[in-house]
Amino acid sequence: MYPEKFRYTKEHEWVQVEGSTGTIGITHHAQSELGDIVYVDLPKIGAKYAQGATFGSVESVKAVSDIYAPVSGEVLEINDALATAPEKLNQEPHDAWLIKVKLESPGEIEQLLSAADYQTYIGA
Amino acid sequence: MSEAVALRTTPLNSVHRQMGAKMVDFGGWDMPVQYSGILDEHAAVRNAVGLFDVSHMGEIVIRGPQALDCVDHVSSNWAAKLVPGQVHYSGLLYDHGGFVDDILVHKVSDEEFFVCVNASNQDKDYEHIASNNRFDATVENAGSRFAQIAVQGPKALPTLQKLTPLALEPIGYYHFADSEVCGVPARVARTGYTGEDGFEIYVAPEEAARIWQELLDAGAESGIKPCGLGARNTLRLEAKMALYGHEIDATITPFEAGLGWIVKMEKPSFVGREALLKQKESGVRRKLAGFEMTARGIGRDGYEVMLDGERAGWVTSGGPSPTTGKNIGLCYLPPEKSAVGQTIGILIRNQPVEARTVATPFYKRAK
Repeated sequence: MYPEKFRYTKEHEWVQVEGSTGTIGITHHAQSELGDIVYVDLPKIGAKYAQGATFGSVESVKAVSDIYAPVSGEVLEINDALATAPEKLNQEPHDAWLIKVKLESPGEIEQLLSAADYQTYIGA
Repeated sequence: MSEAVALRTTPLNSVHRQMGAKMVDFGGWDMPVQYSGILDEHAAVRNAVGLFDVSHMGEIVIRGPQALDCVDHVSSNWAAKLVPGQVHYSGLLYDHGGFVDDILVHKVSDEEFFVCVNASNQDKDYEHIASNNRFDATVENAGSRFAQIAVQGPKALPTLQKLTPLALEPIGYYHFADSEVCGVPARVARTGYTGEDGFEIYVAPEEAARIWQELLDAGAESGIKPCGLGARNTLRLEAKMALYGHEIDATITPFEAGLGWIVKMEKPSFVGREALLKQKESGVRRKLAGFEMTARGIGRDGYEVMLDGERAGWVTSGGPSPTTGKNIGLCYLPPEKSAVGQTIGILIRNQPVEARTVATPFYKRAK
């Protein structure tokens, strides 16, 4: 369920690091807690976020939830497909990424949870 | 997290848990917010049939030779106009005209009225009615004697008909009858909180789990879905039905909430009448209006409403409307700005996002 190649936050984001790029999404647990996702608010390309800063939000039918940057960096790409198909975050949360960032401090990744630790954290 | 206060549960609590519902604390009650998903459940009710546990709702029974006088004193609608077997929507008001609660009054007979009230208000309502009862009538806080199950949607009637000898078709909207469901005594009312046809069934708590299952079986061929409070909220919002704590509360009067029709000023006296009479003369300070977002964004409960750069009101309920595909809501606005077609700004994360007032309800079923 939770890919080993990702690292996770306690706020239920995942990040996959390849070279100097981090791909960020929300976890299966997050989408399950939110329910039907109907709206995604993402930043502009070029925006910079520090680790832990709010960079966007996802909204389900019943609630809005901020998304926090798992790592510091500059936004390289956003997943435009989510604007018209936000339900992809429910259907395939670990494929439907939100943004890609250029890592500013690759060492930050060590502070994040492993797949095993994340599953313990959420009680899965 | 809050202190470990024991949540109140309905007789169907273990059924919801076994069936995998997502549970939440709803005003002190441990209730299902969703089963298969709000959109899926919402669609089931609009197109087929959905099943809701609303046993958390309270029931207050008023009996005695002057039961009618008591009801007509504490509530704003005119119960004397009801015939036995009829229901109406009404307000329990404070002297100052604000809402204690919104209620459904069922006339059982000239000497018995059955009042359905909101879950988290039931004790307050009971106290309010009892303290205003200067009549030859008794007031019973009867919530624990009843489970309540709502069957809602175009296939509600054929689903429930399989389980009751009561002919459902002749029961008019906002009428009820006492009969049996699944072989046990039940009060069956053609009422609901979804904007669809449907029934609300009041039964003894110990029968609830069996009736719930039999309804699911009876509705299987129609695609029945168990539903949670999430879909109940999106459905009632589309139908523009008020939710206590949102559109109405102690600070809001029926005139402000667009519920003037439940206030019968012709009635010589009732709690709140003097204050409402004054408000009728002086005019209301705010009016409830429907809106839809015209820019990208979702206005939600509690968000502020801007007019010409000034804070001018607030969203009482807002969110995506699954049936219309729009982002809709209800808000309070200055009366002179509340007409249909007014451009407003909803303050979403400190940014005003454009919306427009629209006619309500947002959804009306085809008759």
